[in-house]
Amino acid sequence: MKFITLQRVIRAGFLGFRRNGWLSTATTMVMTLVLFVLGNVVFVGAFADTALRSLESKIDITVYFTANAQEPQIMAVKNEIEALSDVRHVEYISRDAALARFRERHKENALIVSALEELGDNPLQASINIAAIDPGHYAAISDFLAGKKYPVVEKINYFENQAVIERLSSVMGTVRGSGAILTIILAFIAVLVAFNTIRLAIYTVREEIGIMRLVGASSWFIRGPFLISGVLYGVAATAVVLLVFFPIAWLASPKLAFLVPEFNLFTYFLSNLVQFSLIMLGTGVALGVISSFIAIRRYLNV
Amino acid sequence: MIFFDNVSKIYSHNSAAVRNVTLRIEPKEFVSLVGASGAGKTTLLKLLLREEDSTEGTIFLDGLDVTALTRDELHHVRRRIGTVFQDYKLLPTKTAAENVAFAMEAAGRTDAEIDEDVPQVLDLVGLADKMDNFPHQLSGGEKQRVAIARALVNRPDVLLGDEPTGNLDSVNTGEIVKLLKKINQLGTTVILATHDKQVINTLDKRVIVLDQGEIVSDNAKGTYQA
Ligand SMILES: Nc1ncnc2c1ncn2[C@@H]1O[C@H](COP(=O)(O)OP(=O)(O)OP(=O)(O)O)[C@@H](O)[C@H]1O
Ligand SMILES: [Mg+2]
Repeated sequence: MKFITLQRVIRAGFLGFRRNGWLSTATTMVMTLVLFVLGNVVFVGAFADTALRSLESKIDITVYFTANAQEPQIMAVKNEIEALSDVRHVEYISRDAALARFRERHKENALIVSALEELGDNPLQASINIAAIDPGHYAAISDFLAGKKYPVVEKINYFENQAVIERLSSVMGTVRGSGAILTIILAFIAVLVAFNTIRLAIYTVREEIGIMRLVGASSWFIRGPFLISGVLYGVAATAVVLLVFFPIAWLASPKLAFLVPEFNLFTYFLSNLVQFSLIMLGTGVALGVISSFIAIRRYLNV
Repeated sequence: MIFFDNVSKIYSHNSAAVRNVTLRIEPKEFVSLVGASGAGKTTLLKLLLREEDSTEGTIFLDGLDVTALTRDELHHVRRRIGTVFQDYKLLPTKTAAENVAFAMEAAGRTDAEIDEDVPQVLDLVGLADKMDNFPHQLSGGEKQRVAIARALVNRPDVLLGDEPTGNLDSVNTGEIVKLLKKINQLGTTVILATHDKQVINTLDKRVIVLDQGEIVSDNAKGTYQA
């Protein structure tokens, strides 16, 4: 393609975008809607992820040891647990450490402090705290420990939390699964709407496309400006959707932080702005260009 | 040279718009196609431009088999053929000047060439003062003259005129016929489909008569009385 031709194609693309005012506006708006849905999917995903991680971090198994258990025996158990591939983190809390923590936590409570003084002896048990890589693995870890029948182990507290943990991990599985399905369905609908809008826009100029062919224009010379317009729809829609998301993220942020304190939507939005914009731009431009390319194909057959 | 070799076009079953036409047109010839409405004049021109595909037969333009070209090759041939369509086929969102310029842009002409040639050719058809009008701001005859200007502007090897004077008064018709003759003298093959007896009889050139898709007469210095 000659340089002058490329120049003309680009100029015609911009001109077409400007001259077909309401059609460009309508297409850009539909595309904005698509990106808005996509943006929300990204946000909801990030929120759900933080929420789930926050919940997951609250799950653990605690193994309590008998009062006369010796440190080397406890260490032997700890080493075996650490060797398990499902285990992310193991923390040993000695009897003294447990007492220190207990004191620290209740230092304002004079009654408890004086009761401890009176007791003289340390009433607390040594324990090992286990965090799994995947919350679905707690049952297996717990079963493994129970099966070992360590004489020094007095109690595995997973059995107490078992019902809660199992329900939580099944809820998490469902949330992730349905989130993915919902994302796919929404994205599919959005893409379909955007594609049909562009198809309609090109349908209205099908006769002109035929005329251009008959007076000697090559397919690329005709197709090019529509692809450029497709790029412009994507760029304009990205600009609009970013402008819309700023106030939304700002307003929704405190409400979401109320549900999950670790999640700050506005900070998340700002710190991922470049990535987020690139996702929007990439999706918008790809959608605009591919839709235009497919939609114009049949009308070029002149 | 243009050569139709036993060409037929059947749009729908059992009625042929063009039937077994074999026709040879030499370079720089001026040929009139005449015949009643529905005789197949437009169809014959459409086949040469590949606006329609022939059902049977082969069409050559200077030894190139037009019927064998792929869609991606067609524009090369179309740039060598200027066409004045019976229904004008102007681009509604472009002004008269832009419509003419489009044919040049599509052919890859430079901006300088376009700036020079477009006003010149519009002046030639008497539309210098209507350059910036959109088609809906032009009369039927004016649209027709824009179509003529567009067909001429790339200095094509072949000019196809499908009733190019159909909407013009006798003064304008005379002007356009003179213009076509001049183009022809400068070396362009002209094929003119028309009903207009006046035009044919003043031309004093080859006349081919079509009837129901078939060539019924072909006279080197023909007149038309029907
Ligand atoms: N797209 C089409 N589909 C079906 N039949 C067609 C089509 N185009 C033309 N025809 C038929 O083919 C025949 C020839 O039509 P054509 O347009 O070539 O005639 P014409 O000689 O140009 O007539 P006119 O002088 O009225 O312009 C007519 O009978 C017409 O009805
Ligand atoms: Mg006709």
